[in-house]
Amino acid sequence: MNEQAKTEQPAPSDGPGEPPVARNAVANLSAYLPTVTLTIASIVLALLVGAVLIIVSNDDALSKFSYFFSAPLDGIKAGLNAVGDAYWALLKGSVGSGAALSGTLEKAAPLICGGLGVSLAFRAGLFNIGAQGQLIAGATAAAYVGFTWNLPVVVHLLVALIAALVAGGVWGGIVGLLKAQTGAHEVILTIMLNYVAVQILRWLLGLNAFQAPGSDNPTSPVVDSDARFPQLFGVHLGFYVAVLAAVGVWWLLSRTTLGFEMRAVGANPDAARTAGMSVAKAYVLAMVIAGLLAGLAGAQQIVGHQDPLTDGIAGSIGFDSITVALLGRATPSGTVLAALLFGALQSGGIQMQAATGTPLSLSTVLQALIVLFIAAPALVRAIVRIRSQDGGGTVLAKGWNA
Amino acid sequence: MSTVEATAADAPAVVVRNPVETRRRIRVGVIVGISALLMLWMWVTTKSGDVSFAPTSPFDEHQLSPITFPAQQTALISLLIMVGLGLACVFTRGAVAATLGFVVGVAFLLGFLCWAYAGQPLPITNPLQGTLSYATPLIFGAMAGALGERAGVINIAIEGQFLAGAFAASVSATVFGNYMGLIGGAAAGVVIAALLALFAIRYLVNQIVLGVVLVVFAGGITSFLLDQIPQDKQLTLNNPVVLQPKAIPGLSNIPVVGPALFTQTVLVYIMYASVVLVTFLLFETKWGLRVRAVGEHPTAADTVGIKVKWVRWQAVLLGGVFAGLGGAFFTVGTNGAFDKDVSAGNGFIALAALIMGRWHPIGATLAALFFGFVFQMQNQLQLLQRIPSELLGMTPYIATVIAVAGFVGRVRPPAADGEPYVKG
Repeated sequence: MNEQAKTEQPAPSDGPGEPPVARNAVANLSAYLPTVTLTIASIVLALLVGAVLIIVSNDDALSKFSYFFSAPLDGIKAGLNAVGDAYWALLKGSVGSGAALSGTLEKAAPLICGGLGVSLAFRAGLFNIGAQGQLIAGATAAAYVGFTWNLPVVVHLLVALIAALVAGGVWGGIVGLLKAQTGAHEVILTIMLNYVAVQILRWLLGLNAFQAPGSDNPTSPVVDSDARFPQLFGVHLGFYVAVLAAVGVWWLLSRTTLGFEMRAVGANPDAARTAGMSVAKAYVLAMVIAGLLAGLAGAQQIVGHQDPLTDGIAGSIGFDSITVALLGRATPSGTVLAALLFGALQSGGIQMQAATGTPLSLSTVLQALIVLFIAAPALVRAIVRIRSQDGGGTVLAKGWNA
Repeated sequence: MSTVEATAADAPAVVVRNPVETRRRIRVGVIVGISALLMLWMWVTTKSGDVSFAPTSPFDEHQLSPITFPAQQTALISLLIMVGLGLACVFTRGAVAATLGFVVGVAFLLGFLCWAYAGQPLPITNPLQGTLSYATPLIFGAMAGALGERAGVINIAIEGQFLAGAFAASVSATVFGNYMGLIGGAAAGVVIAALLALFAIRYLVNQIVLGVVLVVFAGGITSFLLDQIPQDKQLTLNNPVVLQPKAIPGLSNIPVVGPALFTQTVLVYIMYASVVLVTFLLFETKWGLRVRAVGEHPTAADTVGIKVKWVRWQAVLLGGVFAGLGGAFFTVGTNGAFDKDVSAGNGFIALAALIMGRWHPIGATLAALFFGFVFQMQNQLQLLQRIPSELLGMTPYIATVIAVAGFVGRVRPPAADGEPYVKG
């Protein structure tokens, strides 16, 4: 029950749990420094492993490596060229121009929302693998409201968003309720509800009410123009909404009684119960809010990215949200930064594929590697020889139920 | 919903007033009540006519004549059984309740089939073969999970092991011949298992986090590698010959079950053997005792001289062999060439089977067979088009939710499952 997520900083001078909140800016920075070095080291290590994959995937470099022992420089040069080209394209495609940058931010927006949902559940001791399903529920509701109802300009967008929030919240709440009432494990419940959500969506897309007029394809029309996020400084409004949501989650977790109860339940449900808190309430509310956030991520795709509703609407956002939350150490600010990084990797990855032929799936590999290295600080320290700050211990996570 | 009210009202009269027991009764009562109402509706709407069950598939050598029974009457009998035994199930406990619950489930299935097939020319075909085909990878995956988790290492990465195993099996089968595919698949499963063990046991990473990351990693790396195979080389690198079924002389001649169970590919026979092997290893050998000891109480195990981390490594790596074979089933076992996401989430279902089977290899196998059966029924019922196939498609998952929330509830995993061991 208590998968103490990676909430602890490697050098928490203020005890475990919440990161030290701005009491002294200097002390604050120095507490974060090891985390920052570790994160950067992890990203560099992941890029190095990625470089090996790029070389392996590059025909030119590979053919020159085949006579490595007679002329090693040829191979190394070709290899470095291939790696340089690919990563340069990745960088240029993610932050190299205004268009690239807004692409990155728009990719990051749903990841921020989904990642916040997973982070919040984490803090309450719940492992929410269900962002995918909650996202689908939200996207479906937003799309339906967006293309069937006729409402005034601002109202339409708001109603579509509220529909997405409600649908996502209900889908997440089911898990919280079942977990609290029956003790069923949320990992199983969320995985199963992900599949159920996809099947319901496929069924809906077979109905005339959801299909684009005059088409028999399982694709809905794009939402009406008055139910779309307007553009603001080159990025659609959804990105700002996502950042606002992050502030909201920060406020909820660190400034409200409910947030405190959630964190207490996440840290030790038995102690929280003894202290008079309702564990069931914390579980249900955490899952509802997690669902709301994931539902918002779904709405981002529909009213922000202006995708038509298809059964692939969630893409890999649901699963990426989990890795984003892990990378962000289940804190709102970390989640935003992690989502920006992943948004850049995905947005730049498309450019990289177009320019150098290195497959987009490299981005997925890089994401997994970064999180893997972040999760194993002992390994990173051993490789890059960062001086151990806390005796080499890492987060001692508990398992299914302890 | 009268069942629920009756349960709540009667509960105080029970000799021992146990709140946990009362909640279980309410849960079971709600489920039985809802399914009985559903059955009632189905009985009312069942068309008149006969339904027939064909015990042999049209391709079998020995044809048996189909069994025919009247649809409406059978549906009524099912309904009565469900109400009667369902009530009995609410007021009993333990093995009796479990048996009654099983019978209620069978009655529901029977009634449902009558409703679905009445007035249709198609007979109900024997679902055994299809069930086994769906269940084979699930059982392999569950065996991998059982080994790891009994030793205290949570394995959510079964899906990743499937993907790696499927890819490696496809490539090595294409290059070296299809039996080498099995070895390649198993080896790839072991590689992911080694990563799992390295990070979980050596670097003490949160194992649920690790599992998710390994699934993403395996998915990314297999599709990356698949993208590396150019179109013109697909035939020489990713085009395995699918394993052919081999009949076991004697056993395969048993009517009804013989052709389904004993005319199978070698991979399915390995699956049978692996269930026996894992059960035997875990519960009848010294090594198995050690595995369970490090999974329940590593400190105690360490005190008596068991090398906790080494035993965990062994269990996770051995599990990797089975998970890799399970992955091989998706390519050399059935579909042939590897495609992205070929295992389609089956690794997670294997995990669900493991938990529903309460971390016991036999229990997990039964749960996997249940999943296989539901998938197969979904497949068959799709042909009738009485229910939209998408809605049928979600029954396995809803069944899992009901099973986990309604009947399994709080299961007790191995005590040290997921906790890294640090010598104190």
